[in-house]
Amino acid sequence: MALDSKIPQGPLADKWTKHKNDINLVNPANKRLIDVIVVGTGLAGGSAAATLAELGYNVKAFCFQDSPRRAHSIAAQGGINAAKNYQGDGDSTYRLFYDTVKGGDYRSREANVYRLAEVSANIIDQCVAQGVPFARDYGGLLDNRSFGGVLVSRTFYAKGQTGQQLLLGAYSAMNRQIGRGKIKMYNRHEMLDVVKVDGKARGIITRNLVTGEIERHSAHAVVLGTGGYGNVFYLSTNAMGSNVTAAWKAHKRGAYFANPCYTQIHPTCIPVSGDHQSKLTLMSESLRNDGRIWVPAKKEDAIAIREGRLKPTELKEEDRDYYLERRYPAFGNLVPRDVASRAAKERCDAGFGVNKTGEAVYLDFASAIERYGKEQAYVQHLDANDAALVKKLGQDVVRTKYGNLFQMYEKIVDQDPYNTPMMIYPAVHYTMGGLWVDYNLQTSVEGLYAIGEANFSDHGANRLGASALMQGLADGYFVLPYTIGDYLSNDIRTGPISTDTKEFEEAEQNVRNQVDALINNNGSKPVDYFHKKLGKIMWNKCGMSRNATDLQSAIDEIAALREEFYKEVRVPGTQNEFNEELAKALRVADFLELGELFAKDALTRDESCGGHFREESVELDGPQKGEALRDDENFTFVSAWEYKGAPKDAVLHKEELVYENIEVKQRSYK
Amino acid sequence: MKLTLKIWRQKNAQAKGQMVTYPIDGIDGDMSFLEMMDVLNNKLINEGEEPVVFDHDCREGICGSCSMFINGEAHGPDRLVTTCQLHMRKFKDGETITIEPWRAAGFPVIKDLMVDRSAFDRIQHAGGFISVNTSGNTQDANSIPIEKADADDAFAAATCIGCGACVASCKNSSAMLFVSAKVSQFALLPQGQVEATDRVMNMVKQMDEEGFGNCTNTGACEVECPKGISLENIARMNREYLAASLKG
Repeated sequence: MALDSKIPQGPLADKWTKHKNDINLVNPANKRLIDVIVVGTGLAGGSAAATLAELGYNVKAFCFQDSPRRAHSIAAQGGINAAKNYQGDGDSTYRLFYDTVKGGDYRSREANVYRLAEVSANIIDQCVAQGVPFARDYGGLLDNRSFGGVLVSRTFYAKGQTGQQLLLGAYSAMNRQIGRGKIKMYNRHEMLDVVKVDGKARGIITRNLVTGEIERHSAHAVVLGTGGYGNVFYLSTNAMGSNVTAAWKAHKRGAYFANPCYTQIHPTCIPVSGDHQSKLTLMSESLRNDGRIWVPAKKEDAIAIREGRLKPTELKEEDRDYYLERRYPAFGNLVPRDVASRAAKERCDAGFGVNKTGEAVYLDFASAIERYGKEQAYVQHLDANDAALVKKLGQDVVRTKYGNLFQMYEKIVDQDPYNTPMMIYPAVHYTMGGLWVDYNLQTSVEGLYAIGEANFSDHGANRLGASALMQGLADGYFVLPYTIGDYLSNDIRTGPISTDTKEFEEAEQNVRNQVDALINNNGSKPVDYFHKKLGKIMWNKCGMSRNATDLQSAIDEIAALREEFYKEVRVPGTQNEFNEELAKALRVADFLELGELFAKDALTRDESCGGHFREESVELDGPQKGEALRDDENFTFVSAWEYKGAPKDAVLHKEELVYENIEVKQRSYK
Repeated sequence: MKLTLKIWRQKNAQAKGQMVTYPIDGIDGDMSFLEMMDVLNNKLINEGEEPVVFDHDCREGICGSCSMFINGEAHGPDRLVTTCQLHMRKFKDGETITIEPWRAAGFPVIKDLMVDRSAFDRIQHAGGFISVNTSGNTQDANSIPIEKADADDAFAAATCIGCGACVASCKNSSAMLFVSAKVSQFALLPQGQVEATDRVMNMVKQMDEEGFGNCTNTGACEVECPKGISLENIARMNREYLAASLKG
């Protein structure tokens, strides 16, 4: 099948409006005859379910958590971008579009990104109308902060809990529709297959996680808002339950998987403390507004700190290396995430790491505390030369801005970040890759849509901070509900889809076989053993920097691990009860396939772009020496993989990326 | 660290449960409480036993899934944390730790430490929203300024994670702190005024139907709340309820 992105003709700024005017609509009476399944209830799935129900469709929504409010969007901290230009600092739709394409290292679709920037302002209006309590200034107007990779303040926020507040907004919109019976909610259900009838997605097979029951659900279209696959690394900032299963099953049923190797490694996470670690905790990028990142300038100081002989606060200014400010004077501590992460790894690999494992750098608030403290002293007519007073006033300001993050850090690390710098290290956070979708957010399977992090569409090879929330809500509130209507307009006479067909029978049997095989396997090792091993391979060989030798060996090792998994995994209990080990085994089985495709994709992309850094592809001299080197001539395309059995047999389809409105340049933050 | 765990085991909603004792060794102070439970579960699996079931997901204190009653306190001895943020350094070597599920008529046990909190969702269905369509055709976000203090208070109330610690801590199994947090968030914002009367009446009615008890102002909920949701919210809800009742 040839890839058709279905990007509308015409000038960039008019494409979306024109497209909305051109596509077919379903009249309100007919919407009542149409069912839509939405899997996942995060920002994308939750907002889509609510909006589709408001429009009049009958929605069935599914989540594996015990309530839609617990989807992992809840954990997003820093904020949401919107081109409102409330600060009057030169922001515009075009600038947000430009920043996003540049931030994505020229590997995303112009038309999709422009649409995202265009609807961004609406999201803020919508959320305020829903009662989302964004941060405000003393005049009662909305406040903004700045995020990495941009030169304006366009990020709206609610302390360090923006994702929570936005998700609760979408959840409240869902609740209104659940109360009216327009959304039927299925909690604690895991989707385990897509059902295709005559080539169209017409339903899903789920497992009720409490009773173990395998169920058939039909609809006229299926929407996946099932998030990313960062947990293929075992340790990530994702929730324990976040998984690729829904997307992977869709892939196996014909949906192309795009750019699986594009992973975001977030620069500011709490470092790993030991082998027991089950997940990593992010410290919001917003902290880089006020925190300065450094390591000791001398190796002997780094060693002394690691051995506990020296405290970071004892080190003089001239003995510190603020390496981001040194290397990237224009953007400093606010370089994009991929650049900041690699720079931290570079310093730690060179021996300047500051914790026991040598894998941590400092994020220091001392100068921000002093700056804010002085300002407050002036405002309150107090003595700006009283160091203790200034420190206290400054700490109060920092507390109001980041209080919950500081508290979270203190609880985990047992150190007080108001008085000693935080220790941070990069961790897997977000996956830009995902199911390939066209401009309508439809996958390569008719009637099957993917939204939010589950698709690949807007962030190219690297996502800018505060853009995930924007994309999730843009897709769910404002894009999908329009575009899906065009498809559903053909279904007004179809009538209810029966689940009593051979296609549903086959899919259900397929799921039953997989469950039976895992439960009856007489292995000796728990699921976690395999997941941790997979994670180690991914982190060491497909992590922040990659090379052909390691990637090839990752492919072989993952294939071997998969084989061992099916021989040796032990799943206790039965399938007709709540059985978390069984649920985990089903998810890890899919990660073991995705991981191999991930490595294959990374091997194929023989260039450095965004979060994908190939050691073979760096600038050899000039002012950009050592920085990533993109190969636009050979790699300006989206890799869309078609499933053909084992991951090694996947077939590559290329969607060429055309830049008509932006000059493709080297991404410089110097 | 060496510990003795006494854990509530219950096969399913119908079965009778009991406390079971498990010795555990090699626990590090830097482990979170749930990571300690992971160690126990992997040990149980290796010994051919069934692991202990508990709700958990984000493991960073925001999703509200985890729900353990530890040594007689919701989320254990630390303050302003969920179970997943509780670290083993808060316990002493050799200590015995008792772990139970939330216990309340409104939260029936599903298995072991996992309970059914869908009553909370149903209360939200009854009125936890502002009836605005998600078309995006609303007014500009800055057209109604909101006093910073009100916006901050609304935010503080909105940070409730719906974990149910308030109910589990209350001798009456009251859900007033949970319900009042949502009522307060909207009561403090101009957008929430239009439906204020119906909202508080409907949410309180649903809360009563779910079998949660009344508030007798003991304040245990506020002490145990991992997000520090204030009792002032209950007072505000009572005012809202009274005003709504008078309106009829």
